[in-house]
Amino acid sequence: MSQLEYRRVDSIHGALMFMKNVAGIGLGDRVMIRDKDGRRRNGQVIRTSGDLVMVQVFEGTENLDLENTWVRFLDEPFEISLSPDMLGRIFNGIGEPRDDRPPIISSVRRNVNGAPVNPAARAYPREFIQTGISTIDGLNSLVRGQKLPVFSGSGLPHNRLAAQIVRQARLPGDSTNFVIVFAAMGVSYSDARFFEKEFESSGVLRNVVMFTNLANDPPMERLILPRTALTAAEYLAYDLDRHVLVVITDMTNYAEALREVATEKGDVPSRKGYPGYLYSDLAEIYERAGRLRDRHGSITMIPILSMPSDDITHPIPDLSGYITEGQIVLSRELHSKSVYPPVNVPPSLSRLMKDGIGKDDTREDHPRVASQLYASYTRALEARNLASIIGAEELSSRDRRYLEFADRFETDFVRQGEDQERNIIETLDLAWELLSLLPPSALSRVTDEDLHKYHSWEESD
Amino acid sequence: MGEVSEVNGPIVTIRQPGVRNGDQVRIGELGLIGEVIHIRSDDALVQVYESTESLQPGEQVTGLGHPLRVELGPGMLGQIFDGVQRPLDKIMHMSGEHISRGLELSALDRDKSWHFVPHESLVVGTRFEGGEILGTVQETETIEHRILAPPDCRGEIIEHAPEGDYTIEEIVARVRGESGSIQNLKMYHHWPVRQPRPYRARAGASLPLITGQRILDTFFPMLKGGKAAVPGPFGAGKTIVQQQIARWANADIVLYVGCGERGNELVEILQTFPQLTDPRSGRSLMERTFLVANTSNMPVVAREASIYVGVTMAEYYRDQGYDVVMVADSTSRWAEALREVAGRLGQMPVEEGYPAYLASRLAAFYERAGNVDTLAGGNGSVSLIGAVSPPGGDFSEPVTSHTKEIIRTFWALSKPLADARHYPAVSWLESFTDYAERAAIWWADEVSPDWALRRQQALTLLTEADELERIVNLVGPEALSASQRWVLESSGLIKEAVLQQSALDAIDSYCSPQKQFRLLDLVLSYHLDGTELISLGVPVESLTELPYGGELRRLKSAVSNDDLQPLDDFASRVRESFDTMRTEYSVNQGNKS
Repeated sequence: MSQLEYRRVDSIHGALMFMKNVAGIGLGDRVMIRDKDGRRRNGQVIRTSGDLVMVQVFEGTENLDLENTWVRFLDEPFEISLSPDMLGRIFNGIGEPRDDRPPIISSVRRNVNGAPVNPAARAYPREFIQTGISTIDGLNSLVRGQKLPVFSGSGLPHNRLAAQIVRQARLPGDSTNFVIVFAAMGVSYSDARFFEKEFESSGVLRNVVMFTNLANDPPMERLILPRTALTAAEYLAYDLDRHVLVVITDMTNYAEALREVATEKGDVPSRKGYPGYLYSDLAEIYERAGRLRDRHGSITMIPILSMPSDDITHPIPDLSGYITEGQIVLSRELHSKSVYPPVNVPPSLSRLMKDGIGKDDTREDHPRVASQLYASYTRALEARNLASIIGAEELSSRDRRYLEFADRFETDFVRQGEDQERNIIETLDLAWELLSLLPPSALSRVTDEDLHKYHSWEESD
Repeated sequence: MGEVSEVNGPIVTIRQPGVRNGDQVRIGELGLIGEVIHIRSDDALVQVYESTESLQPGEQVTGLGHPLRVELGPGMLGQIFDGVQRPLDKIMHMSGEHISRGLELSALDRDKSWHFVPHESLVVGTRFEGGEILGTVQETETIEHRILAPPDCRGEIIEHAPEGDYTIEEIVARVRGESGSIQNLKMYHHWPVRQPRPYRARAGASLPLITGQRILDTFFPMLKGGKAAVPGPFGAGKTIVQQQIARWANADIVLYVGCGERGNELVEILQTFPQLTDPRSGRSLMERTFLVANTSNMPVVAREASIYVGVTMAEYYRDQGYDVVMVADSTSRWAEALREVAGRLGQMPVEEGYPAYLASRLAAFYERAGNVDTLAGGNGSVSLIGAVSPPGGDFSEPVTSHTKEIIRTFWALSKPLADARHYPAVSWLESFTDYAERAAIWWADEVSPDWALRRQQALTLLTEADELERIVNLVGPEALSASQRWVLESSGLIKEAVLQQSALDAIDSYCSPQKQFRLLDLVLSYHLDGTELISLGVPVESLTELPYGGELRRLKSAVSNDDLQPLDDFASRVRESFDTMRTEYSVNQGNKS
């Protein structure tokens, strides 16, 4: 089958190419296409029947004609070669080198779609990762094997935050470093360059595998890029026993490419024109993070997605939020107050935090302090809201305390330098310093022992 | 024998004359499992429960001659099955950490032997009806499995096995049917999942399902055999609420169906439940629990099947005379699977791409809940609790709005409450229940005749406080009268001392009905006594400055279910100090006049 090369294409529209009268083609098979200039392109079968085969072309169909296009069906799924030599290299979405160095040659080849992990084979993630960032470590702790996205907006410093996490993430008391798989879809050259420089200057470049598809690269390639990158991550984690941190940016570009193809295929649209299977499709990507019971390595995932018009109910952040284990939401308001990182605390969440923190992992008061900070900050925002209506002078003395708490929380706790690394104990101590602005009677989420041990309250003012 | 003619994602067109709608088929070299969902003149459409990658037109198809069905017999408890009832731990032994395709595995262990004790009614020569109890085996320490005859069998017993150890493939009884044909009965039988299992009569639900969660049991109670929905945007704590129900509900059997949700959530159940003890039996929770898992990365079509596979297994335990709770997380993913298949079939979409039959399918599914008199002569129930994941948290979307019309208890989760870490984030304004009056009878008998009154007072107070908060947000707190400020203070107390409940707190994770009532009673008495003092002229500030508010907020996690004495002590301390104030102010008022 792989020997046969067909020359006649029946029709082409958008990124799709239709072939007639080719028999026995398997769904998902890889396709090689040569145009009239001999340039090679890659495709994949997305629908097949005895008389019509639909092929999605990753490099797009510009310049293809019906007469002089040679098509070869490879009778194999989309695979990439994997080896430890991938570290320090840059590839495109289908795993071809982008750095003018030779391609990876290896006997280990894997289907980029992977196969679903058996839930019975998973190990529950519970090892605390210290990122050195107070809003994450203290309030939305990340654990090894978690998928924790950053919900951002255009112009917000999500890249700087991701780079800072990559630089600082470590297990307390563990010297082994993370290996990083970086997957960029539809990002600008300067953003890609920013990450490259970051990796270089922090000396981790030799531990990074980059898969990039820039804003001016073919959009269809974005459909396969995260799968290629995660196949590499799985190899590093489960074959080479490494702890892998996967940074994927920007999932919004991925979903848009998916919508483009879905529309061309004529799929029934659900919300905002995205296909009904967007949820399952995103889940195929996100669910590849995790830990397995009998393997040493792990895959921790930090997808970045920009919320169109900062709308968290837009299908992309919304469906992502239902799949991922929490989210870090960035706030335009804090950003304009020049608070970096502008983490919007109330809607941010880490679902796996509860099992990774506390007595044996961080400190015994951690779960209660986090809960108390949330409660007090929400209460303080109400006071601030009230102050904007009736004026701060009219507030009760208790509400004025909350007002001060809100300000100090944002400037002292949320804000920190891009190079500032706070360990978890420093973060918790800082939290108590702020909670000491409030009287003990206002702190119902902590215990009497906590208050006794950490709270310093002076009745004076 | 037929062959594949087209592959379009999970929908495969086959050419196979004589195939029946609903039949199971095996497709291609790999033997992928599918179900015929549509028949045309010379071909049929099949939905395939596994990925169809690499499947080619021309590959062979074999019809299995029966619809999608489950095996029902001992050995299901403690297990985790996939969406078509294949045991996931066995799959792991066969294909490793990733699920390979076309695996043929039976749900129940063929090699394990069970100690079978024939039922006393199993007498040679007597008549026997379908659904009756043949005998029992001890499935786990806590659950006695009652071996049921298939519902569609009847006749005269001509032979049965004596007490002893048997595997499920061994014959335990032989029955001669009316036509004279002889049927061999084993310890298991099959049942098609899309057909509800028969029962003698509906009995009507009357007993509350106690979950140990105050906002659920006290404010929006659910009955055994009832149907409930938990809708909420992501991050509102749906999973925790459902897991708390699965942990603490006073049911005999709990089935958790993870339908299109996160793999790690099922792992969490698998790893934590064996270590948790059932508050009533004192045994490991896993002995009464089993799971069906089609996580979000597993094939979409099996998601549709998983709900039916689950509810059929639940009905089977109901027919043994047990109270079963099935938690389905999430019915939205199930509806999306329907939508995906409908889209591929080119069916006309109605709302947001969903097919027109969405509402009727949802209703038919929830209708399988109920408290029934079983064919075996006992009583059992299936309670259905479905999570709903509305896109953007919008409760007017099709799945939520249709579900709302079907179910009787609606536990609405609120994002603002969750953002303030008010857990469980069940909104007291948007939630409702139709079961409160039925539940009140039980609460009056078992806990206190004042339950219904206290519940109503608390709900009124909360509604009133929400109204007042709106005023405060417009014009500030100064506009409120003293008694209104006290209402706000007390509603805060209800929220923090009663409604909020931490799943992670060792003492407060499960709250007994007695403690639930006592806490609510304390807070409301405190409120009413305070109101009286204010009417005597006591300034609100002198009440809010008392340390009791703070203490009340901590009582839930300081006082254990086993010893409620500290609540009485607290109440009498408050009474004393209020009495003192009352006397003081009555005297003052007397002096003034």
